[in-house]
Amino acid sequence: MAEQISDAIEVREGVDRETVETVQNMGSYKYGWDTEIEMEYAPKGVNEDIVRLISAKNEEPEWMTEWRLQAFRRWQTMTEPKWAMLNYPEINYQDQYYYARPKSMEVKPKSLDEVDPKLLATYEKLGIPLKEQMILAGIEGSGDTPAEGRKVAVDAVFDSVSVGTTFKDELAKAGVIFCSISEAIREHPELVKKYLGSVVPQSDNFFATLNSAVFSDGSFVYIPPGTRCPMELSTYFRINAENTGQFERTLIIADKGSYVSYLEGCTAPKRDVAQLHAAVVEIVILEDAEVKYSTVQNWFPGDEEGKGGIYNFVTKRADCREARAKVMWTQVETGSAITWKYPSCILRGEESQGEFYSIAIANNMQQADTGTKMIHLGKNTRSRIVSKGISAGKAQNTYRGLVSMHPKATNSRNYTQCDSLLIGDQCGAHTVPYIEVKNTSSRVEHEATTSKVDDDQLFYCRARGMDEEEAVALVVNGFCREVLQALPMEFAMEAQSLVAISLEGSVG
Amino acid sequence: MLNIKNLHVKLEDEDKQILKGVDLTVPAGEVHAIMGPNGSGKSTLSYVLSGRDGYEVTEGEASLYDHDLLDMEPEERAAAGLFLAFQYPVEIPGVGNLTFLRTAVNAQRKARGEEELSSGEFLKLVREKAKTLQIDAEMLKRPVNVGFSGGEKKRNEILQMAMLEPKMCILDETDSGLDVDAMRLVAEGVNALRSPERSFLVITHYQRLLDHIKPDVVHIMSNGRIIKTGGPELALEVEKNGYGDLLAEVG
Repeated sequence: MAEQISDAIEVREGVDRETVETVQNMGSYKYGWDTEIEMEYAPKGVNEDIVRLISAKNEEPEWMTEWRLQAFRRWQTMTEPKWAMLNYPEINYQDQYYYARPKSMEVKPKSLDEVDPKLLATYEKLGIPLKEQMILAGIEGSGDTPAEGRKVAVDAVFDSVSVGTTFKDELAKAGVIFCSISEAIREHPELVKKYLGSVVPQSDNFFATLNSAVFSDGSFVYIPPGTRCPMELSTYFRINAENTGQFERTLIIADKGSYVSYLEGCTAPKRDVAQLHAAVVEIVILEDAEVKYSTVQNWFPGDEEGKGGIYNFVTKRADCREARAKVMWTQVETGSAITWKYPSCILRGEESQGEFYSIAIANNMQQADTGTKMIHLGKNTRSRIVSKGISAGKAQNTYRGLVSMHPKATNSRNYTQCDSLLIGDQCGAHTVPYIEVKNTSSRVEHEATTSKVDDDQLFYCRARGMDEEEAVALVVNGFCREVLQALPMEFAMEAQSLVAISLEGSVG
Repeated sequence: MLNIKNLHVKLEDEDKQILKGVDLTVPAGEVHAIMGPNGSGKSTLSYVLSGRDGYEVTEGEASLYDHDLLDMEPEERAAAGLFLAFQYPVEIPGVGNLTFLRTAVNAQRKARGEEELSSGEFLKLVREKAKTLQIDAEMLKRPVNVGFSGGEKKRNEILQMAMLEPKMCILDETDSGLDVDAMRLVAEGVNALRSPERSFLVITHYQRLLDHIKPDVVHIMSNGRIIKTGGPELALEVEKNGYGDLLAEVG
């Protein structure tokens, strides 16, 4: 696969392909290259002028500018949260760029044909072709089943802007709106006004508030009542520019009785200096609707000594606003130097359901503090949490989760399973569950285990011919199986190999 | 052919000598049995040959054809054709039996510079081999050894052996924990794999397994050495009289 793609890559002048490939193959983070492209930056730092500038760049209406300014003023009164089990140097919020876009995007391309070939090549090289074609998914384990073609629509976000969205017309025929959030603000203001900030309010937390002020782009999805989205939707986030934060905003609305499966992928080049990523994802789910949201987060994790990497502070929340609404979060977190992320479910509608499946891998100097919140507000609501944390090297991995049963959430249930796996003896795993039950008919179950990769298991695999890394990958994939199974097929395979790659060098 | 000369082994962490000069040759196509009382070093021999950590070879050598086994990683020994059927097969939660088998088969093929099996070829082969061992499709899908009965675990070891087609098979107390029917099934599986190119080293406490897997040569091991070598009748003698007389004989 990599071979085929590299043929299509435009190689920079004076650098031969071999050099590029050698550099790419150094170390295990294979997305660490950058795209040399002329960029346009807003001045460094953040203030009201910058907020106005971002709003102007996106050609936003005044109400949106005001909304951002309100958030910015709020943010100035807030302080960065310090309760997570994360250690990192003080972030200087004035020492980075809040807006960076390729110059070629100044005039918005009307179709993918008009997008700068360098940008298209970047996504091609990442394995995300921005063409409207079938994606072939080989089905593992059953040689009898032929590979089947599937369509996946992609919104590609490069630094601060969306460079293009595929299959828009075909989706529009089904009534589905899939576009960048900046386009939605211009084209569908009634929906944006109604729902933006309705799940994650402007004042929610330090990072979400900052995002509300300076978000530059992201994806917007609206699925009309009774519609099953005809294909999977995805957004691929790429941070390319140096010293630039990415602040994307995603808003998904699943109207009554609708269904959508949404995928999110992220990568960034290797840089010596840490970069900030503070995203907000809001999902509104109405009566009988269902949303599956899957993330494979593979931001640059920093080098072995902990230099560079993405600081990932993300607020993701789904509001099951009406009866029998259903959400399933699945995340595979392998990248980032710092991960601060708690995709949550507000189970407001009666009989609504929330599920959270997570694999968090921290290797070398990575630190992850991640988990979920299940807020049970409605009667007969159900939630399920399956978290698999893997620590290797000198990494620290924390599961932090809240299960809250409110007084009116009678007869509700939660089941939490939280497993940690340690590789080596210099890493740490921590489990911090918070449980609040304010009625007498609800039931909460919590199970937690911590184990080490077992020498007997490794020897057994090696005695059958697998090398040590293959053996570790197999055992770890087995440990993560329940979560991998929750992912859509093509993502599951990618995630499986990513698990192996992330743990390279963690044994021996 | 397996060649062991004057093998001395101690525990890595303790000053305890387990093998004190083992000499053993198993020519191609032959089945050799090693019998001996508990603590005589039989299992240690199988672990040292397959490369498990925790042991230190202080003297001697062991080779499989032209490979010097003691210099190799466990996976290299496997690719060179050595197979150990474990006394206690290990559970690997979440990893399907088929996935495990396919990963192992292809890892060995890759190490030998052979082409990997496609999933179609692999499935065809595995179904064929599983059938003779009465392993059903359900068992192939379950996680490796998790929740398997004693008999299922041992049959699964033999299935791995059949799939990996090793040159030298070591069976470490494969009969332990098996009832008569399960033992017959396992023995049939082993017998089906006997061939002029393949050798077996069967480690057991009891003669009964050797009723089903007929050995060419029987060795008696005690206190880290092979103290007596003979034909199948030696096993019968042990069965009848115990180890006492033999041990007394060598002092």
